[in-house]
Amino acid sequence: MKLRVATVWLGGCSGCHMSFLDLDEFLIELAGKIDLVYSPVVDVKEYPENVDVCLIEGAVCNEDNLEILHKIRERTKVLVSFGDCAVTGNVPAIRNQLGIGNTENVLQRAYIENAQDNSCVPKADGILPPLLKRVLPVHEAVFVEYYLPGCPPPAGRIKALMVQVLGGQTPKLEGANLKFG
Amino acid sequence: MVIDDLNAIAEKEQAARKKTVIRCCMAAGCMSSNSETVKKNLEQAVKDAGLADEVEVRGVGCMKLCCEGPLVSVDTQDALYEKVTPEDALELVKTLKGGKTKVKRGDFNHPFFKKQLSIVLTNSGEIDPERIEAYIAADGYQALHHVLRELTPKEVVEAMVKSGLRGRGGAGFPTGLKWGTVAKTQSAQKYVICNADEGDPGAFMDRSVLESDPHSVLEGMAVAAYAVGANQGFIYCRAEYPLAIKRLQNAIKQAKTLGLLGSGIFESPFNFNIDIRIGAGAFVCGEETALMASVEGKRGTPRPRPPFPAESGLWGCPTLINNVETFANVPPILRKGAEWFAGIGTEKSKGTKVFALAGKITNTGLIEVPMGTPLRQIVEEMGGGAPDGGKIKAVQTGGPSGGCIPAEALDTPVDYDSLTKLGSIMGSGGMIVMDETTRMVDVARYFMEFCVDESCGKCVPCRAGTAQMLHLLEKILNRQGTARDLAKLEELCDMVKNTSLCGLGQTAPNPTLSTLRYFRKEYEELLQPDPFGPGRNGEAKKSQLATK
Amino acid sequence: MAAKTLTIDGKEVSAEEGATILDVATDAGIKLPTLCHLDGVYDVGACSLCLVEVAGMNKLLPACTTKISEGMDVKTDSERLRKYRRMTLELLFAERNHVCAVCVANGHCELQTLAYSQGMDHVRYDYSTPKWSVDATHRLFGMDHNRCILCARCVRVCWHIEGAGTKNVSGRGARATIITDLNQPWGDSETCTACGKCVMSCPTGALFHKGSTAAEMEHDRDKLEFIVNAREKKQWLP
Repeated sequence: MKLRVATVWLGGCSGCHMSFLDLDEFLIELAGKIDLVYSPVVDVKEYPENVDVCLIEGAVCNEDNLEILHKIRERTKVLVSFGDCAVTGNVPAIRNQLGIGNTENVLQRAYIENAQDNSCVPKADGILPPLLKRVLPVHEAVFVEYYLPGCPPPAGRIKALMVQVLGGQTPKLEGANLKFG
Repeated sequence: MVIDDLNAIAEKEQAARKKTVIRCCMAAGCMSSNSETVKKNLEQAVKDAGLADEVEVRGVGCMKLCCEGPLVSVDTQDALYEKVTPEDALELVKTLKGGKTKVKRGDFNHPFFKKQLSIVLTNSGEIDPERIEAYIAADGYQALHHVLRELTPKEVVEAMVKSGLRGRGGAGFPTGLKWGTVAKTQSAQKYVICNADEGDPGAFMDRSVLESDPHSVLEGMAVAAYAVGANQGFIYCRAEYPLAIKRLQNAIKQAKTLGLLGSGIFESPFNFNIDIRIGAGAFVCGEETALMASVEGKRGTPRPRPPFPAESGLWGCPTLINNVETFANVPPILRKGAEWFAGIGTEKSKGTKVFALAGKITNTGLIEVPMGTPLRQIVEEMGGGAPDGGKIKAVQTGGPSGGCIPAEALDTPVDYDSLTKLGSIMGSGGMIVMDETTRMVDVARYFMEFCVDESCGKCVPCRAGTAQMLHLLEKILNRQGTARDLAKLEELCDMVKNTSLCGLGQTAPNPTLSTLRYFRKEYEELLQPDPFGPGRNGEAKKSQLATK
Repeated sequence: MAAKTLTIDGKEVSAEEGATILDVATDAGIKLPTLCHLDGVYDVGACSLCLVEVAGMNKLLPACTTKISEGMDVKTDSERLRKYRRMTLELLFAERNHVCAVCVANGHCELQTLAYSQGMDHVRYDYSTPKWSVDATHRLFGMDHNRCILCARCVRVCWHIEGAGTKNVSGRGARATIITDLNQPWGDSETCTACGKCVMSCPTGALFHKGSTAAEMEHDRDKLEFIVNAREKKQWLP
């Protein structure tokens, strides 16, 4: 049976997914061994049950992120924090330095101060998820089995991890393969 | 100054003693509740009553039962008056002529006083700490004369070894051994330092000794200097103790005037001077290497040991550092003999220990008891238990470096080794009693916050580790912590303990560790479920896979 | 000087009296993780990464400040030491704002390198994300306190190699900060000789050369004009 793999894109720049696509011909090999059951690159709306491995890109920035993460944890055997935003909070978490009120400040900066026209903070209850008071790395919200750092993790590093996962081994990255940034 | 001069001063002082002595506590505690005016009014009342020739009003050091201050005693009545106001003075003086008073009378026969054994505090509350003559009349500087004229430095060290005295600053290192190490070093310049940077919250033993009997510390330092071959001493006292500093300055001046400090003391070749260095209130400066850096005028941060101060201390010279109480023990030991001292206390902890009793306890104040006294005797009999019939839950000793001893262990004898076995330490003598209303996780948080504030910031485990432990404790207290957080906290306790640079960091986890050891349930009650944590989720998944 | 013989990780070595465990280990080809240590300046034993186990001692000892002694049996690697080292690094990462991806020192940072070489794949502690300032007042250098790990290398080189005594540490605990003179803006310092040794010594990106961060590049075009004028018009003044 093929491994049921998902990838998810929370608060991040999608660079990690770009790097994933940089796996080039390994993607073909991968396609033969896994079922990509949920991902920004496949058209599935609902996160399925019984997922074996999920690569999570991005930090936990808003309530939507948190909600799906909880769902993912319940439905997935192994979670991998995929890239620095997921592992450390990275750039999205820089707003945490602004302390209490950082969400308002960030929205003000982005949608009012830096707006060219139509400056207003977007608000649509039930559609736009409210920002969390603090941006979290994934493991602060749910238990995470493995970590794949890098901004983004180079394709070779992703491959190293995937090969281990496919081979049924406990993934273990070492040395420079754990480099942040 | 020769011995005859010293004896002459003592005799003159004794001869001048008046029939009645009214003692009024002039230590910082009572002074903060206006004992200075009480004393002034007493003097005036004595004068007005025409009793000036037979009654002496004497300002003395700490009279120990601090919670009832200002304290006044009248020796001919064997009476202790408590919470004396300036207005009570007249009435009290009238009692000398048979008058009655409504002023609250204390009981010298209460275990609080009866169970005390004074060595360090012998003169405390008895003599005027601002007069060297009073100290001399109480056998003061006899020990210094004895060692300078009759003993070799080696014999002094031997006497200290024999006495079994251990450092009263907290760690309990054998004093004689320390002196011997410094004495053995070959150096033209050596120093003696008195650590008076008492910083534990709730501790005031050293302050009381300095305020009540400063000369005993000076004499102890001089003896130590002779034994180790030093000619310069420093007292490092925190700026928060202005009265202690004032009395020390006064005492040093008096001793110099009489030639008991300075050059050729007792017409021997021994020279010794003492200077005071005032600390700016950093807790870490009580750590000896940080203290020395501060004396040198540098930023008060510790450095790794070895080298120990005994080999390389102040300005790289061999340096002896002892705490106030340790030095105050020295003159009585040399006067009465090492055997006498070694006969008091337990096998491994000799002599007495001064404790500052504070917290949820009826009798707050200063006590001195023989080593080995059961904790229960101290807090229940002497301290009178928790006020308003409350139940004692734990006793905290050793301040931020110590631990909480649960009520079940109250029968433990107070000595260095028993307290260490319980996960606490003797410490410098702070003893904070907690009753059933105290939440132990709060206590751990309080001391951790203290360590976070007082960490010097030099080494990573103490600087960042204590901050992280405080965060975890707060998380748990705010009911946001999980079992994983508690595990992280315990792991950090172990790491900070084993990797910090100095004693502050190495002992910072102690209050947390000891409350975890005896009151773990209180932590666990605060923990929250961890639905997305490792364990539960694994089970959920298994069942999901099974149904597939 | 007398030679001392000791064992490090089971290997018999001898070295001159007065050498530190770190010296001897390095000579023997054993690489200990260090952060506050810097060849050429005295050691302070602050980072706790080079702690080693010495047989018969109940305390771990910093290799950088502990002098060797005859017959010493040193262990530089054990499960316990590895755990403590990793925790120390995690604590450092959680303490201030070390965002490798956007740091000038990315790829050239000792903290970053140590983290992965010690197997730190994530930080288990909550990030404290404090807000620290950046001092960009000096014409050549900048100081980003967010990336400072308080190793005080800069202070030591400033006092003991350059002899300027510009850098210092102020404050206590987590609030401790590297300051310039009496806590003035670096650009106003009269003691700073602009030698740049502090920047050389910094293990992270806390101290950096200006012009090396994003959007900071200045082209200095007037220098071209100066050269052309000098050549053609023989004018040597700007």
